[in-house]
Amino acid sequence: MVIKTNRSVGIVETKYFTFNDLILENKHKLPNVTVAYETYGTLNEKKDNAILIAHAFTGDAHCAGYHEGDEKPGWWEGMVGHKKAFDTDKYFIICSNVLGGCQGTTGPSSINPETGKEYGTDFPVISMADIVKVQKKLIDYLGIEKLFCVAGGSMGGMQVLQWAMSYPEQIRSAIPIASTMRHTPQQIAFNEVGRQSVMADVTWKDGHYYQTGNPDRGLAVARMLGHITYMSDVSMQKKFPIKEKEKSVNFNFNADFEVEEYLRYRGSAFVKRFDANTYLYISKAMDHFDVQKEEFLPLGKNIKIKFLVISFKSDWLYPAYHSENIVKYLKMRRQSVTYCNIHSTYGHDAFLLEIKDETNLIKNFLGNLYNEVNGVK
Amino acid sequence: MSNKNILLSHLKIADIIDANSAVLDLGCGNGDLMEYLEKNKNVNSQGVEISEDAIYKCVEKGLCVLHSDIDGALEDYPSGSFDFVILSQSLQQVKRIDNVLEESLRIGKKVIIAFPNFAHISLRMMLFFQGMAPVAKALPDRWNDTPNIRFLSIKDFENFCAEKKYKITEKYFISNSRYTYILPNLLAQQAIFVITI
Repeated sequence: MVIKTNRSVGIVETKYFTFNDLILENKHKLPNVTVAYETYGTLNEKKDNAILIAHAFTGDAHCAGYHEGDEKPGWWEGMVGHKKAFDTDKYFIICSNVLGGCQGTTGPSSINPETGKEYGTDFPVISMADIVKVQKKLIDYLGIEKLFCVAGGSMGGMQVLQWAMSYPEQIRSAIPIASTMRHTPQQIAFNEVGRQSVMADVTWKDGHYYQTGNPDRGLAVARMLGHITYMSDVSMQKKFPIKEKEKSVNFNFNADFEVEEYLRYRGSAFVKRFDANTYLYISKAMDHFDVQKEEFLPLGKNIKIKFLVISFKSDWLYPAYHSENIVKYLKMRRQSVTYCNIHSTYGHDAFLLEIKDETNLIKNFLGNLYNEVNGVK
Repeated sequence: MSNKNILLSHLKIADIIDANSAVLDLGCGNGDLMEYLEKNKNVNSQGVEISEDAIYKCVEKGLCVLHSDIDGALEDYPSGSFDFVILSQSLQQVKRIDNVLEESLRIGKKVIIAFPNFAHISLRMMLFFQGMAPVAKALPDRWNDTPNIRFLSIKDFENFCAEKKYKITEKYFISNSRYTYILPNLLAQQAIFVITI
C-alpha cells in the first residue's frame, strides 16, 4: 500500500535516552529507564515546532522512513514526511516506544538491574499517565518546553488525552484519533480474552518464560482476535471474499478460508516482534485509562489547547460516540475543538489507512495553527 | 439573485455581531460566513455542520467546526457560552425546532436567524398558477430532493416567537439584493431576525 517515494524521510535510526528513578503513579520506582525514540525534521531555534506522535497498542518508535536495509517503512509512513500531513519540512517529529513496551523502551522483557534477569511479571504495573510521564522526560531532555502538537490513533489518542490532563500547559494542540476517554466493558472484554489467551499458554509460566521460550501460541491467538476487532464486516468481506473452491464437504482443520490463513499469518508474524508480557501490561494500562474526570482541563485554569478529534464511521471497536464524548467534554471545558467522523469502511484500522482524508484535515489544521503562531496571515 | 441576497444577509449578520464576540454558527456549510466574521469582526467562532465535505473546507479555512447535526450539538454547552448563535439558511432543515431554538437561547445571549420566506409572491404564484411546489433560487431543490423539512413564512416565524414569548429585537428583510420594508411577508425573499428571551 505504501510505496517508497521521494517524500519519505528516508533512512532513519532509532535513538536511545536513559534516565534514573522513575516514580510511577502507584508510587513504585523504576531504577532505570531507557526510551527508544526517533525524530524527523529539524527542531527550530525557538523549539516551538515539535510534534509528538504517540503510537497505538503494538506500535513502536519507528513511524516513518526506513531502517537501513529494511523494505518496510515505519507504521505511519503515509502521514509523516516532506509535505505530508505531519510535514517534516515544517515540524520536528518525535515518536517514542511506550514505557512497558518491547521495542527498545524499558518494559517487562528488559533486564531488572536488581536480579540481572528479565523483569517478567515482577515489572511494576504501569498506567497511561506513567507512559506519558516518560514521554515528558524525553521532551525535557530534547529541550522542548511546549509541544506544537501531540497526535495519535487508538491508544495513541489516549496518550494525547493524557497529555492534555497531565501537562496541559506543555501542548498547543492535540489530535486524538479513533480513541476514547475510557474503555467500555466491551473493549475491556476483548482485551481480557487476549490476556487470557496468553496466560492460558503453559509456556507463559506466570510471565517468567524468557529462558524457556515464549508463549507464542497464546500471544498469536490474542493477536488474531485483535485483528478481527480492527477490521469491519465490510472490510473483511472485501479483503477475503469467500471463494467456491474454499468450501468443501471434505474439510479438515487447515486454513480452508483466506481469512483463516490471514489471521494465522498475522498471529505468527506478530509473535516474532512482540513480547507477551508487554501485551498484558499495556492492555491493562488501556483498560484502566480514564480521563473522564474533574482534573481533565478544569474550567478556571485558563488552559487553551486546540483540538482536532477524528473518528471513523465503520470503527466498532472505538465507535464514533467515544470521540463525540471527547468533544462533549471539550465543549463543557470551553476548549476550541474541531471534529470529523470520516466515512470509511476499514473499521478501527482506518486510522492507519485513510491517509488522504486524515491528511486533508491534519495538514490544514496544523498549517493554519502554524501560520497563526508565526504571525502569517 | 439569491446568492446576492445571501451575501447581503451575511453582511447584515456581520453588522449585527459585535467585534470580538463568541459566535456559534449552526449549519455553517463551507464556513464562508464564519471566515468573514473571523477576519472582519475578530470573533471567536465555532461551527456545526453535517456534511463531511464541508468540514474539510472549514478546516482548510482554519475554522473550528464540529461534524454533527444541529439537533444533537447544543445540549453540552454551558449556558451563556456564546454571545451570538447563528442559524443562517439552516432553520429549514432542523428537526426539533422548539428544542433547537430553546437551546440556542440558553447557550447564546442572542440568536440570529436568517431564512428564505416561503410566502414570497413568486412562490405563491408558482403554487397558485402552476400548481406545483415552488422552486426558487433560495429554494432550488424540487419537492423530492430538497434537504428542507420546514417551509415557513415571515408571518409564521413572527407568530411562533409571539407564542413562545421570544423577543424580536431586530428584523431585516431582503428582496432582490436590497433591504425592503413594505409588506415583507409578500415581497421579501429573505428575512433576518434577532431574538432573545
